[in-house]
Amino acid sequence: MSDTKNKDKTTRRDFITTVTATVGAVGVGAAVMPIVSQMNPDSSVKALASIEVDISKVKEGQEITVLWRGKPVFIKRRSKEEIEKAQKVNLKDLKDPEEDKARVKNPEWLVVLGVCTHLGCVPIGGKGNFDGWFCPCHGSHYDTSGRIRLGPAPTNLEVPKYEFVGTDKIKIG
Amino acid sequence: MKNYLKFIFIFSFIFIFSTTSSIQAKESNVSLLKPNWTFNGFFGKFDRAQLQRGYQVYKEVCASCHSMNLVSFRNLAEPGGPEFSEAEVKALAAQYEIQDGPNADGEMFTRKGIPSDRFKSPYPNELASRAANGGAYPPDMSVLVKARPGQSDYIYSVLMGYEEKVPANIKLEDGVYYNKYMSGNKIRMAKPLNSGGVEYADGTKATEEQMAKDVVSFLTWAAEPHLEARKKLGFKSVLYLLILTILVYLVKKKIWSRIESKV
Amino acid sequence: MSEYTSKPEEKFESVHTNKVGGSPYKGVVGWIDNRLPIIRMFRHEYLDFQVPKSLSYFWSFGGILTICLLLLILTGISLGMHYKPDAKHAFESVEKIMRDVNFGWLIRYAHMNLASFFFIAVYLHIFRGLYYGSYKEPRQLMWIIGIVIFFLMMATAFLGYTLPWGQMSYWGATVITNLFSAIPLFGESIVTWLWGDYSVGDAALNRFYVLHWLIAFLIVGVVVFHVIALHIVGSNNPSGIEPKDTRDTVTFAPYTTSKDLVGMLVFLLIFVVVMMYAPNYLGHPDNYIPANPMVTPAHIVPEWYFLPFYAILRSIPDKLMGVVAMVSSIAVLGLLPWLDFSKVRSSVFRPIWKQCVFLFVLDFFVLMYIGGAPAEGIYLLIGRIGTAFWFAFFFILAPLVSLVEKPLPMPQSIHEFEDWKKQGKIKVFQFFGK
Repeated sequence: MSDTKNKDKTTRRDFITTVTATVGAVGVGAAVMPIVSQMNPDSSVKALASIEVDISKVKEGQEITVLWRGKPVFIKRRSKEEIEKAQKVNLKDLKDPEEDKARVKNPEWLVVLGVCTHLGCVPIGGKGNFDGWFCPCHGSHYDTSGRIRLGPAPTNLEVPKYEFVGTDKIKIG
Repeated sequence: MKNYLKFIFIFSFIFIFSTTSSIQAKESNVSLLKPNWTFNGFFGKFDRAQLQRGYQVYKEVCASCHSMNLVSFRNLAEPGGPEFSEAEVKALAAQYEIQDGPNADGEMFTRKGIPSDRFKSPYPNELASRAANGGAYPPDMSVLVKARPGQSDYIYSVLMGYEEKVPANIKLEDGVYYNKYMSGNKIRMAKPLNSGGVEYADGTKATEEQMAKDVVSFLTWAAEPHLEARKKLGFKSVLYLLILTILVYLVKKKIWSRIESKV
Repeated sequence: MSEYTSKPEEKFESVHTNKVGGSPYKGVVGWIDNRLPIIRMFRHEYLDFQVPKSLSYFWSFGGILTICLLLLILTGISLGMHYKPDAKHAFESVEKIMRDVNFGWLIRYAHMNLASFFFIAVYLHIFRGLYYGSYKEPRQLMWIIGIVIFFLMMATAFLGYTLPWGQMSYWGATVITNLFSAIPLFGESIVTWLWGDYSVGDAALNRFYVLHWLIAFLIVGVVVFHVIALHIVGSNNPSGIEPKDTRDTVTFAPYTTSKDLVGMLVFLLIFVVVMMYAPNYLGHPDNYIPANPMVTPAHIVPEWYFLPFYAILRSIPDKLMGVVAMVSSIAVLGLLPWLDFSKVRSSVFRPIWKQCVFLFVLDFFVLMYIGGAPAEGIYLLIGRIGTAFWFAFFFILAPLVSLVEKPLPMPQSIHEFEDWKKQGKIKVFQFFGK
């Protein structure tokens, strides 16, 4: 090619080109953002991010399971023996040490995610060596506070964010 | 450069003309009533109080026959709409018994509505609706405004278009009314809005015109809940693109000046 | 005796299957480029590529179309993550996108208006081809590939429009798929096969969704061929004269790229105004009514970009011949390189052909208007005249004008063309006169 073309190639990025490129890049970013954002939960999903559960009919010693964000949540109205048992446990015996009072707002009510922390199966209530839950998949035992006592699960059953609404409702999430 | 502008201008004119032929309501030669909607124009917005009044009209007058089953109660609290408070929406939803289930016994049951529920339909399905309305189906109102040529103006005109004096060449069957603006001029719905028919919570005088304006604004929001966000973003985008186009044009001129000088 | 023992007098041709090397780059880049020469290919084809310097903004539409295609695919994939191709749920799923999905309304309006603007751009792109003789030797195959892309675009757009499952989606699908019944002998069974049912319904919707995706990506493939062909024959330019030396050309980057970018931004600006302030203007209100097999809309109208061909279809009273006319009205474009055999490419120097092209454009708009009107009375008559002119343009005007037309005096080169422009000797774009 001719010499003039080679001289043109001196790419001296001047001010206006840099400004334009920056402004352009901002626009491309802004245009891509909705494409990425649409994959996030939409507002109908977010509306169900919290649920209110009526607990007025749950008797002492009874447990109900509700579906929250696609997962089971155990709501247990614990008996006095169960509460005592949970509070008396020595922290040294726990794989994942946690005081019972750190896991409940009101000791009478235990709210935990019904998902085994090992590989995600749903533990069965009223079974196991510790009067709590027993996971049939790989044999994890949880106590009356939902803490792991025996078996391969690494941590205690997760306590979701919840709060009492009046005396007969719990809002989860 | 001038020739291109001439071309773009003539092209757009011809284009717009050719495409409007399929969009205009050809049957009615009457031009629609065109009130000044708050949401019209480049900077249009909804009036919150108007939308709340419109919801009241929908709820008390229209909802007995017309469903709006794509709208949820929670939408009433979202920005860009009537913007009721969360508590108000919870109370509104709780007024309705919504079917849910099956329960542990395998039975369907009803419970109080919650904000995430959709608006409750007056009839379980279209056939039930037709049976209850002499074979006519009161259309669902979720996107009704977008489903008619003339959009908000059309709905408003129809609401205001009932006339006592029926033109001589129009024969009305039983249960059919004359409407000046309805396409085909016949409508099976009796005049829905009558002065004082609703007692507005905010004390506004419920004239026919006021109720029509309010409910049509509400219906427009129901069909286009993101209208305000769209126009706002539109303004920012157009401004941004104008600036960027000018900048890029200047860069282009700068680049091309390298060779102009060499000719 | 093994064939590996070579006789001293036999000579075998040496073979080099290893072609590594030749890269001007060093380091890691050079290592990659030596083994997969995409970097030097990119440089050669997209940066240093020689392009006529006289290209006007009419040449930006290729780039504009590419951007449209890219954005349609991005928005389409986003929509696809939420859309449900089930007759019971389709309409509602689209409304869910409009109401609940983050920026769903933006993505949906963008996708549907991009489809319209895709066609605006393609019609302008084709117009450029017609006016400047871009279909002539050596670009005939590129032109034909373009027509293939256009057919694929129409298929994709038709299929996409059925997806929201509104009244127009349903009835438009019914009318257009019913056209196949015009095929003699097998017509009815072909239609049933297309539908997977005895009428347009859930089975049809599901497969239309899949085909919409498939053909959209096929377009990408054919566009690649279109661009490869372009890089072999080179761009045409407003003078219609091929480049001879470096006085006639500029490098693609940064000259043509910066000019294309301006064109793209202006186009995008107009698109954004329409999308944000009149998003449903180019659509039809009836498509916001959920599909109802029991109720036919008063006027079944396809989207605006199909209207001229719809008018041609309806002007022929016979069903099969109507379909034949409609398809051939586009296919006949493929014959243009041979029907118009004038040696002069650009209409700048062809005073009679220029008028013919403008009349053809006018005919296009007349047919567009007729396509949106009821097929009766004066509309039908004008539609028939318009259809007759359409085919006359190709079969009568093109060869006749090539035969009798005296082209205007032409410059010898592109750079001379540029000089003539500066001196005001020629005006590139004029409706009447020289």
